[in-house]
Amino acid sequence: MRRVVITGAGTVNALAGDVPGSFAAFAEGRSGIGALSFRDADRLAIRVGAEVRNWQPGLDPAKLPLYDRVTQYALVAGAEAVAMAGLPEDIGPRGGVILGTAAGGISTWEDSYRAVFAEGKPRVSPLVVPRLMHNAPASHLSIRHGLTGPVLVVSSACASANHAMGLALQQIRLGAADVMLTGGSEAMLCFGGVKAWEGLRVLSPDTCRPFSLGRKGMVIGDGAGVLVFEAEAHARARGARILAEVAGFGMTADARDIVAPDPSGAARAMRAALADAGLTPAEVGYINAHGTGTLVNDRSESAAILEVFGGSPPPVSSTKAMHGHAIGATGALEAIACLLALTRGVLAPTIGFQAPDPDCPLDVVPNLARQAQVDAVLTNAFAFGGLNAVLAFTRA
Amino acid sequence: MPTRTEIETEVIAILAAQLLLSPSDIPRDAGIDALGLDSLGKVEAIFALEERFGISIPFNANEPDRPDFAFDSVPGIVAGVERLIAQQGA
Repeated sequence: MRRVVITGAGTVNALAGDVPGSFAAFAEGRSGIGALSFRDADRLAIRVGAEVRNWQPGLDPAKLPLYDRVTQYALVAGAEAVAMAGLPEDIGPRGGVILGTAAGGISTWEDSYRAVFAEGKPRVSPLVVPRLMHNAPASHLSIRHGLTGPVLVVSSACASANHAMGLALQQIRLGAADVMLTGGSEAMLCFGGVKAWEGLRVLSPDTCRPFSLGRKGMVIGDGAGVLVFEAEAHARARGARILAEVAGFGMTADARDIVAPDPSGAARAMRAALADAGLTPAEVGYINAHGTGTLVNDRSESAAILEVFGGSPPPVSSTKAMHGHAIGATGALEAIACLLALTRGVLAPTIGFQAPDPDCPLDVVPNLARQAQVDAVLTNAFAFGGLNAVLAFTRA
Repeated sequence: MPTRTEIETEVIAILAAQLLLSPSDIPRDAGIDALGLDSLGKVEAIFALEERFGISIPFNANEPDRPDFAFDSVPGIVAGVERLIAQQGA
């Protein structure tokens, strides 16, 4: 089976507009959560989020009208990843893109509906359809970097990016591509996006405190993470710098409840990723948790981790208290936290932690980053719909 | 302002609709967990109460032990709705 490695990474998120800035924020334990600034935010009950503030995309102004923010974030993150990997301008038919997004161009839907319903306008921009379609971020990445092989978007709510990365790994293993840009992009922080989430009563009114006693729920974030997955032989042949290996992937479905998680589905996904990677639980030095900061997820995920790792699980942290829950992009932001662990030996902390919850008996790296050499990590994503996707990365 | 009895009748009707029961099957002192209302049923019932009475119910599913609004029993919900309607009039 072909081995797959990571040779580049890029990101835009509430913490920073690139990977070095995100690494620094993770190491400092900085939060990107703040007051929401978009139109009509004052009509929301929940007014905090991890927004990408003062956004200056730096993209071709002639093409900007074609790009919803979900595409803008993906293009900026993708450019950083491709530059880091040292790939050519036109990557060609052996290259592809698989991205995750949950809400796609939701702001474009919102603005168009506002125009015709609320403002009574007779028409909307002719670019509405190409802006809002879920595959827009992947297609624009393919156009920008000349990727003419397998290109698509997957959508599985909060597991979208992990599913995307898992499928990208499989495309390279299958021999269908040598290089895949993969990860996720999300731009759900708009009035309608937050209003929809409010109804579920799972958002925190102030901040995110994963696994902590006193946690009040999740905080939504925006952003994108794009990684370059590459066949190891291809990367070595061109002398690329290898950041980490994509060692395994596991996905399962709970087939139980549309919103409530089932720990056994999560545990099966972690076991599947370990088996695919040929790792034993004892070899895993860090888990980047799904860790949404809701009462139910953190309790269920803790039970699943204890089921897989027994009495001595490795350190587990949730970085969502820093970059927010970026929904369909979140797994890609968390993969960047995994790269920090594997390349720099720094475990990003779970910030906002106040006191241990007896229902979450884990070492969650509370509040302060930690130095630790780790050889293998897992990163979890568990979506509404009962969909679980877990990746295993190992040190290069 | 609706009377307590009127609020109670509406609360029971909304819970019955969520549970696919007849209102007469829901005792006036029923506990919510005993009725078997799941988490989505709960947020749907809260939405229906907000729509029916024109109120905003401060309920966070992550803080069941420290509720601003006791969504635990029919009398608890009735008292909470009554309080929110009164606050709105104030």
